[in-house]
Amino acid sequence: MLKDGIADPQGQTIEKALPALGLTGVSEVRVGKSIVLEIDAPDRDEAYSRVMQMCDRLLANPVIEKFEVTIA
Amino acid sequence: MSVRAGIVLFPGSNCEQDCARALGSLGAETRIVWHQEKELPDVDIVVLPGGFAHGDYLRTGALARFSPIMEAVRAHARSGGLVIGICNGFQILCEAGLLPGALRRNVNLKFLCKWTSVHVDNSTTPFTSRAEAGRSLRLPINHFEGNWYCEATELEDLRASGRLVLRYAENPNGSLGDVAGVSNEDFNVLGLMPHPERACEALLGSEDGAVLLGSMLDHAEAGVRSMPV
Repeated sequence: MLKDGIADPQGQTIEKALPALGLTGVSEVRVGKSIVLEIDAPDRDEAYSRVMQMCDRLLANPVIEKFEVTIA
Repeated sequence: MSVRAGIVLFPGSNCEQDCARALGSLGAETRIVWHQEKELPDVDIVVLPGGFAHGDYLRTGALARFSPIMEAVRAHARSGGLVIGICNGFQILCEAGLLPGALRRNVNLKFLCKWTSVHVDNSTTPFTSRAEAGRSLRLPINHFEGNWYCEATELEDLRASGRLVLRYAENPNGSLGDVAGVSNEDFNVLGLMPHPERACEALLGSEDGAVLLGSMLDHAEAGVRSMPV
C-alpha cells in the first residue's frame, strides 16, 4: 500500500469512476496489493520475522510503500 | 581507443539494440551483457536500457535489482564509472538504491508515448556537458510508471545540490518537481524516463538525445585518455 500522503493514481481513478455508476459518498480510495504465501517455519514468531524480512528486501518498496503482515 | 559501453540485457529489455545503434553512431564500441553474468566486460559505461525487465512483476525494476550483474553494476558505479538508466533502467536504479526516489504509475493511469520538451537544469554533469545551461531537449517518452517521487525534504536537498538534472517543460506524468532525470551524489549515475537513444538521428524526429549520450562519451573518453598505457 502506498504510504499515507503519497498520491495514489489508481485510487484517484477509481474514486472518479464510482459516481458514474451511481455509487456515491466514497472518498480516500487507496489501492494496495495483497501477497499470500505459505512458509515453512517452526513457529509463528519465526514465520513473522521471515516475512518481515521479505517485505523489507523485496515485497515492498520502503520509499513509497507501507506494509503489514498477518498470519492466518 | 573508443569508449566502451556495456548494455545490460534483462529478460524483457527491449531498447538494448536502440542503445547500441545510437552509441555506435556516436563512436562508442558497444557490447550487450546478459543479466546473469556476474562480471562486466572491460567497459567505461554501463547502460541499463528500457523495457520490462523480468516482466516488471511485483513492481517495475523490483526483480531486476537482484539480477547477478547488478552487483557488478553497483561496483562499477562505486568506483566512479558512468552508469545511465533509461526508462525501465531508471526504475531499476531507484529500486537498487543507486538513485533516490521511486517511480509510481502515471497520473490518470495513462500509458504515455509522446514527444516531450526537457530542460537541462544542470549542465555540468558528465551526462549534460554538451548542453548550455537552460537548454531544452526534444526527447520521446514511452512509459506507464514515470511518476517520480521522493520525500519533500529530500527533494529540496536534491534540488539544492543540482541533482535534479532534467525537468519536463510540461509535466506529462505527475512526477514530483517535474523531474525527468535525477543523478546520484557523485553525478556518475543518471536515471531518466525520456529515451535519448531514440532521438539521435534527424530521421527519427530529433537529434537532441545525442547531447546527453555524446556528453557521456566525452566524459568517458577523457577518462580513457588519462589512463596509463
